[in-house]
Amino acid sequence: MGLAGFEVEVQRETRDGGLATEDMTLSMGPQHPSTHGVLRFVIRADGEVMKEAIPDIGYLHRSIEKIAEKVGWHGFMPYTDRVDYVAAMPCNQGWAMAAERLAAIEVPKRGEYCRVIATEFSRIHSHLLSVGSMAMDIGAYTPFTHAIREREYINDLLEELCGARLTFHYMRIGGVGWDLPPGWRDKALAYIKRFEPLIDEFNDLISWNKIYTERLANVAVVSARDAIDYNLVGPNLRGSGVRYDVRRDEPYSVYPDFDFDIPVGRGEMGTVGDCFDRYIVRIREMKESCKIVRQCLEKLPGGPVIAKVPRNFKPPAGDCYVRLESARGDMGWYVVSDGTAFPYRCKIRTGSFAAISIVPKVSRNLMIADLIAVIASLDLVAPEIDR
Amino acid sequence: MQEFVDGLVANPSWVHYLGAMLAFGGIVVFGFVLPIAGITTWVERRVAGRIQSRIGPNRTGPAGFLQWLADGIKSLLKEDIVPDAADAPLFKLAPYVVMTGFVGAFVALPFGGPLIIADLNVGILYITAVTSLVVVGILMAGWSSNNKWSLLGGIRSAAQIVSYEIPAGLSIFPIVMLSGALSMQSIIAEQGAAPWRWFIFNNPFTFIAFFIFFVAALAEGNRTPFDLPEAESELVMGFATEYSGMRNLLFFMAEWGNLYVIGAIVATLFLGGWQIPWALAEHPVPRVALQFGTFFLKSYFWVFVAVWLRWTLPRIRVDQMMIMCWKYLVPLAFVNLLGTAAWMVVFPHGAPGVPELLCVAAAVLLGLFLRRVRYHLTRAGLKREELSYNILATERIPGLG
Repeated sequence: MGLAGFEVEVQRETRDGGLATEDMTLSMGPQHPSTHGVLRFVIRADGEVMKEAIPDIGYLHRSIEKIAEKVGWHGFMPYTDRVDYVAAMPCNQGWAMAAERLAAIEVPKRGEYCRVIATEFSRIHSHLLSVGSMAMDIGAYTPFTHAIREREYINDLLEELCGARLTFHYMRIGGVGWDLPPGWRDKALAYIKRFEPLIDEFNDLISWNKIYTERLANVAVVSARDAIDYNLVGPNLRGSGVRYDVRRDEPYSVYPDFDFDIPVGRGEMGTVGDCFDRYIVRIREMKESCKIVRQCLEKLPGGPVIAKVPRNFKPPAGDCYVRLESARGDMGWYVVSDGTAFPYRCKIRTGSFAAISIVPKVSRNLMIADLIAVIASLDLVAPEIDR
Repeated sequence: MQEFVDGLVANPSWVHYLGAMLAFGGIVVFGFVLPIAGITTWVERRVAGRIQSRIGPNRTGPAGFLQWLADGIKSLLKEDIVPDAADAPLFKLAPYVVMTGFVGAFVALPFGGPLIIADLNVGILYITAVTSLVVVGILMAGWSSNNKWSLLGGIRSAAQIVSYEIPAGLSIFPIVMLSGALSMQSIIAEQGAAPWRWFIFNNPFTFIAFFIFFVAALAEGNRTPFDLPEAESELVMGFATEYSGMRNLLFFMAEWGNLYVIGAIVATLFLGGWQIPWALAEHPVPRVALQFGTFFLKSYFWVFVAVWLRWTLPRIRVDQMMIMCWKYLVPLAFVNLLGTAAWMVVFPHGAPGVPELLCVAAAVLLGLFLRRVRYHLTRAGLKREELSYNILATERIPGLG
């Protein structure tokens, strides 16, 4: 196994003159039902107990950041969908925000509202996939289908908004591609009204299930200190009890207009920062996103949705770093412009990449079955890790 | 069986008995066991579809009823792959061992009054013993596949089945003590048609023993929440990872068929077996038909419960599974055993009023459960049409491009 920092050596241990045992090396992935895309872990295990789980990434690397240097400012927008295709809207927004900051473009108020609506819906449907597949990884199949059903409805709404169901390409530099279609606002409000009680139903279905909480509580505890040290962001950070959210602490777009809470892990079922806390934070964030979307739809101002941006877009030379709260947390876009029609350099900082770095630390001495729970609770999305 | 042959042939020898047994055995295996295993897959998928707000198989035959046949034929026609590095003889043999363990149980399972292949005098003991063959087959499959995930599945399965046989066996003992027999038919004959004459309501200890037995039987049958040996999200497909085609099908046929075996044992031991309420039918044919129907319904109800559990509960972890067995079920089963013994000493002819009281208690428990279900249904507050996919499907907006 040619993996750096991992020697395959047969370790013979004799416990008090007992039988000599050998560690088993397991390769989990890249094709494995619960590694969520092409992710690979090399596991050194003593029976069912893992001694080490080392992530091996790069199977989904598509050089997206390099592509940015070749396709120009407008042309890169569809590629941002592929950075994190589970929640594509925040990636769209990140690129747009970076370009707008470089060129000092003011986005019209209605455009910002449309962005927030789309991003929050995107967050809901990303979290739905996350909590649903988490339940499926623990062995309960039914919650997954219920979550996916709701995700489909949101996809329907977003499809009506921008014509796509997965890779949206809704936003443009300077605003959004299209205004809300006629009647869409009422439909979205009706959907939010229907969806909020369904979160409680989902909780009844799985979240408070005794087997489920026993599987997740006290597993892979990440303390607040560790979470900050390992640079965890988003729900993973908040699951450890750190109340930090870019939408609140470094407000961007029109988030200061809205009233919403930031749920944090409280160690309800075990210790603060365990798998259950990260899970339940996502469930609660869906409710908060519903609140934001409702306020957004109610306050929706009139006017244009996109600012005047030249087709031959050439921002002045300079660099900028924008950050925003994607579904997987603080997402950073560092973009350098040299004043030409092509970005000089683009670097994307994503939540999953930071999250996967803590897996070897927290997965020590857990069972193999727990590693599945850890991967699911950190909400690792392979395309976002590799880009 | 013996009386049947005696009535048919003037001077029966052992050849006649053997022939009759083989014939009936063949009829049971091909006319009942294999179809029931197949049909259970269909039932499982339809019920799962209903639970998961989707449809399930509905193309092959009425309501997709023939799906199990189509799947079986498909599996038969598929290539049977034996990995190069596998231990080929063991690899090929393993599914048959599993199948033998499962089909062997049907030898001593009753179907109705006189319908049983062989009413062994060690009936329930034989069934417990022969179903343990399954673990040998699974371990063989896990080892010979030469795949680490398979091996883990096989080891898990061995640990699980061996452990859970203890509470299962211990909760069979109270029934054996009460009925004074191991033969399945004698156990049923000791019970009556009315619920308060079933062994489950005989005394509080058998009531608990029933639940212990059902949980342990689920674990032995590798069903959720104890489906660790083939835990899909953890071990890919556990011991069956490297299997394809018919051999893979045999494993799953055994799994689904085992559900019926569990139901039949539960019905026999605790729920009065094929006893029918009153002398409904004097003629033997309708009587046997009625007995068969009663027994089948009682057994198949537990198949449905197992399916329901599977699509409701998550899977427990391997250490939790062991803890549950050795720390909770085994001691509880021992207490039950001693309790039943004490009960039999104190009330040699049964305690008057207790079975009826337990019946009422069970009815109350069931009522509370149904109320809880109703609460969730009303709280979800969803009408059927609201759940259909069309709620948001919209007319395309003209002029949007």
